[in-house]
Amino acid sequence: MSTLAIDKAGPNRKIKYGSMSRDRVWALRWSYFFLTLFAVFSLTPPLYMLITSLKGSAEISAATNPWWVFHPTLSNYVELLGSNQYLRFFWNSAMVSVGVVVVTMLISVPAAFALARMKFWGSAVLATGIFLTYLIPDSLLFIPLFKMFAAIGDFTGIQLINRWYVLLFIYPTLTVPFCTWIMISYFASIPKEIDEAAIIDGASWFQTLTRIFIPVAMPGLIAATIFAFTVSWAQFLYPLVFTTSTDQLVLPVGIITTLIKGDVFNWGQIMTGALLGAAPPLVIYAFLMDYYIAGLTAGATKG
Amino acid sequence: MVDVAVRQGSVRGVRRASAGTRLRYALRRKSTVAFLMTLPLIVLIAVLVIYPAFYAIHLATLNKSMTRFVGFGNFQFLFKRDTFWMVVEQSCLFAITAVIFKALIGFIVAHFAHNIPSKKQRKWRGMLLVPWVIPPAMSTLAWLWLFDPSYSAFNYTLGLFGIAPIPWLGDAGWARFSVILVNVWYGAPFFMIMYLAALKSVPDQLYEAAAIDGANWWQRIWYVTLPMMRNIIAITTLFSLIVTFANFDIVRILTAGGPVDQTHLFATWAFRVGIEGRDIPLGASVSLFMAPILAIAAYFILRDVTKRGNEA
Repeated sequence: MSTLAIDKAGPNRKIKYGSMSRDRVWALRWSYFFLTLFAVFSLTPPLYMLITSLKGSAEISAATNPWWVFHPTLSNYVELLGSNQYLRFFWNSAMVSVGVVVVTMLISVPAAFALARMKFWGSAVLATGIFLTYLIPDSLLFIPLFKMFAAIGDFTGIQLINRWYVLLFIYPTLTVPFCTWIMISYFASIPKEIDEAAIIDGASWFQTLTRIFIPVAMPGLIAATIFAFTVSWAQFLYPLVFTTSTDQLVLPVGIITTLIKGDVFNWGQIMTGALLGAAPPLVIYAFLMDYYIAGLTAGATKG
Repeated sequence: MVDVAVRQGSVRGVRRASAGTRLRYALRRKSTVAFLMTLPLIVLIAVLVIYPAFYAIHLATLNKSMTRFVGFGNFQFLFKRDTFWMVVEQSCLFAITAVIFKALIGFIVAHFAHNIPSKKQRKWRGMLLVPWVIPPAMSTLAWLWLFDPSYSAFNYTLGLFGIAPIPWLGDAGWARFSVILVNVWYGAPFFMIMYLAALKSVPDQLYEAAAIDGANWWQRIWYVTLPMMRNIIAITTLFSLIVTFANFDIVRILTAGGPVDQTHLFATWAFRVGIEGRDIPLGASVSLFMAPILAIAAYFILRDVTKRGNEA
């Protein structure tokens, strides 16, 4: 009898909640519907890159359904990965990006440590000033920078224009302010007692940084590294201005200037090149998504 | 005598030691160490950001061959040209429309993503952020191919519904639409991520209280969500406005300013005039028109920083 009564009570309660959960179910369904719609919108261009990259040139100019591959071929990939020119672009991009990451970290980690922990005259103003320089866009600076580096070449004879390594000087202007800002907020979140203990134990400031702050703020360091790498990899304006010879170009500029010959667009190869060029950031993102997002949100929530 | 001599020597010795270690003491002082640690940063910013910014102002006052000072001559020349006013109009239209749509789409998508169970959110968030991860130069190439005049995949799809082909990049109005569309596609995920993070920080109790008071979903958004997210919305919009205003990649690759300079922004036109047209002073003058919006943004951000400083 008692079990029967409980059974009766069960459905009753379920019905009561049922009306609410029915709303909830519909809200969920609508959410999924719209999310699918937006996901399709987001993923159409990259998927279309993939689709086109698997087509031969005959199929690209045929009047068949462009959203489907009827005769998949890897010829575009074979051709691009076999061409020294494309590999050269890839190599240049990799060198520039890795170099910029190293330079950025060497500059911004000590600076962030000093600004976060060692209050000195003007440190608060400097921290705000760094954040403001982050707002000065590349499209405002490229003309004076171009003129400056041309002038350096005229005065000293050191020709930096049209050399890929000139980008190692220029990209840090994009990466250092933001990375310093991220690192300041990560360092500031470390409890003061930890570094006080280290100082009392006789550690120098340098040891406090390398032995304590860097290991503890490792997630922030990874986020900053990812940011610096993806920014350098994606930068388009500066290499377009500063480099022109085909052996000095980085990927985005290389694809656009060499694979588009006059009015002839070799779309199969362009899409393959673009997809391979987008691969490193995508791979990093796929494996380190949480760090990527942490870096993205840290900058603005703290600002 | 001997005693005194020894003492004198010892005193001298101590003095010498103090002179020798003064530098070492100074180096060990906190503020010196801190200054040395920030020195590379200060040098970098001063030489490669602050100096060029002022150098741009100097350049803007020179004539084309950069031999003669012309004062505001370049600006007077710009103000008389129709193309310049078209660029101003297009830059404002582009930035404001794109930011509004990015913010709206980001807000809506963030809400839907916040609705679904948190286990599945990761997967969806991962997919929706892809446009932001791909370098814009690469993804814009894909859009260029989707907009191709003769092989456009969009036009093929529209053709299935009996809609005539659209000149995505050939007609001024459509070209402006396409450029904004690509920018929205690229930037909306950033807003989505920021808003999603902000939505998670709104305490559930507020919604419960609102629900008990009989608030419908619209009132919950208007009276709970929006006020709680006001700061993050303001800062994200401000950021995006600057970045969109200074955009270069998308317009450069998609239309290169065409048709007939109708889609040029400050950045692309400055590149066309300054680097391609070899008139560096005029290019610098054009790019300087991005400075006012920066000043406004800087003002609001500084105000925000000081306000927070007072709260803390």
